[in-house]
Amino acid sequence: MVISGVPQVVLSNVSKRYGSSPPVLQQIDLSIAKGEFVSLIGPSGCGKSTLLKLISGLSSASSGSILVDGMTPVNARETISFIFQDATLLPWRTVTNNVGLGLELEHVSREIRKQKVESLLQLVGLTHVAHSYPRQLSGGMKMRVSVARALAIKPRLLLMDEPFGALDEMTRDRLNEELLRLREEQNWTAVFVTHSVAEAVFLSTRIVVLAPSPGRIAQQIAVDLPFPRTSVTRESPEFESLVTSVSRALRGVQSA
Amino acid sequence: MKKYVVTLLNALGVFAALLLLWQILVLLLHLPAYMLPAPLGVGRAVVARFPSLVASLAITAQEAAGGLAGSIVAGLLIALLFAQSRWIRRMLYPYTILLQTVPIVAVAPLILMWVGPGTLSVTLVAFIICLAPIIANTTQGLISVEPNLIHLFLMHNASRVQILTRLRLPHAVPALFVGIRIAAGISVIGAITGELFAGSSKVGEGGLGYSILYASAQMETDYLFALVVAATVLGFVFFFLVMFLEWYFLHNWHESARTMSEE
Ligand SMILES: Nc1ncnc2c1ncn2[C@@H]1O[C@H](COP(=O)(O)OP(=O)(O)O)[C@@H](O)[C@H]1O
Ligand SMILES: [Mg+2]
Repeated sequence: MVISGVPQVVLSNVSKRYGSSPPVLQQIDLSIAKGEFVSLIGPSGCGKSTLLKLISGLSSASSGSILVDGMTPVNARETISFIFQDATLLPWRTVTNNVGLGLELEHVSREIRKQKVESLLQLVGLTHVAHSYPRQLSGGMKMRVSVARALAIKPRLLLMDEPFGALDEMTRDRLNEELLRLREEQNWTAVFVTHSVAEAVFLSTRIVVLAPSPGRIAQQIAVDLPFPRTSVTRESPEFESLVTSVSRALRGVQSA
Repeated sequence: MKKYVVTLLNALGVFAALLLLWQILVLLLHLPAYMLPAPLGVGRAVVARFPSLVASLAITAQEAAGGLAGSIVAGLLIALLFAQSRWIRRMLYPYTILLQTVPIVAVAPLILMWVGPGTLSVTLVAFIICLAPIIANTTQGLISVEPNLIHLFLMHNASRVQILTRLRLPHAVPALFVGIRIAAGISVIGAITGELFAGSSKVGEGGLGYSILYASAQMETDYLFALVVAATVLGFVFFFLVMFLEWYFLHNWHESARTMSEE
């Protein structure tokens, strides 16, 4: 995975308000280069989910401009995948048919779909549950299915809204490592929302700390830990010191 | 499964004990058969009138099933319309409630006037009382899809039709079955009520409702009892048929059907 200087997502002077209530996001300027892994962290209600919705085009900005690959978010959708906090699987579909959903909606033929889904299931280690229904899976496995479904359409941009927030710490750590492994093999840029400082440091190349009321960028912290990152990374003094400085930044915006 | 058998045996045991008690009471109190026939008398009536009993049962079953099937099709279509916009719901939903509150015994004579006596009128009565629960439950199922699932589909540029067929409709199936279960129970009541007003009196065309009128007029209380039992059994059969279909379609993925197979 190489980070190029080419900006893939560019937000200029973006503000968002719902109706006549005070703005949720104000004057956001953010440029994300191809290949970056950017985490958004900040107190609850500061507009992290709203920011992701704006980048995905699910919601539109009140002012300012957003470009993804030089296009409006809605026009760029074919290249964007969104992973939600709950796995949002369709309970009436098997794992295989859940992973193939995006391809199916985009009219990819049955044979090609089958091939792609099979190789993806192998990639995320779900081959043995290919024909199970979501209710038979653990929380961690459901999330894996959700990740596989998002990757199936070969996205260039992956938006994730606290995808592992509901999982226990061990499962979350393992899925974090898997996510980075997938990133080595594939070519996507990530915008990742999390509440966990350690998770943000482990995954990101850059952390954006948001301040609340109105939501705005308070601080940006580059994470230059080398890849590949493994469980050993979490024990390094560099990791510890980054966690400390992000935590401090977060405390700063929370008390303000 | 074993639990099922035990439950069934228990129920049968209680039933047998009640029958016995009833028989003994009738004998001890010397009640005349036209007031309260003994179980054995009812049994004799069933045997003696078996062909006409079965014929009536078949006619009522047909009418109830026809009304139920029609209400499922029409109810689903109306629910699909209701799911299109809040505005449509607000405009038309009050009429669904009207459908539920209008006394069917008052409507049945009207239908008799408009359509004439016979199977069609009775089926219509069953249809009308089945419609409301199907519409209400299915509409709820169609519109209660989690927003993030809609977002997921939108992110894949899904069309309105794709969202309907691949998300809203499958999501509404459990709710549809809740509606069908309620409707199945009342479809038999609807058919019998319909027959009381609009049933055919031609030989071989009268259902359970018509036979009930006939038996009570003739003071054939034992046959009347047999007819009541038949109507109850019919309701049960409908109910279990729907339960089975529900289990068949939903047991792979839905909680309501799963607990049924585990109990
Ligand atoms: N659809 C909406 N309509 C009105 N207000 C909303 C809507 N979505 C979010 N908000 C408000 O915007 C603010 C930010 O919400 P959100 O982006 O979900 O924050 P976060 O993800 O950081 O917790 C909150 O105050 C929330 O109440
Ligand atoms: Mg959020």
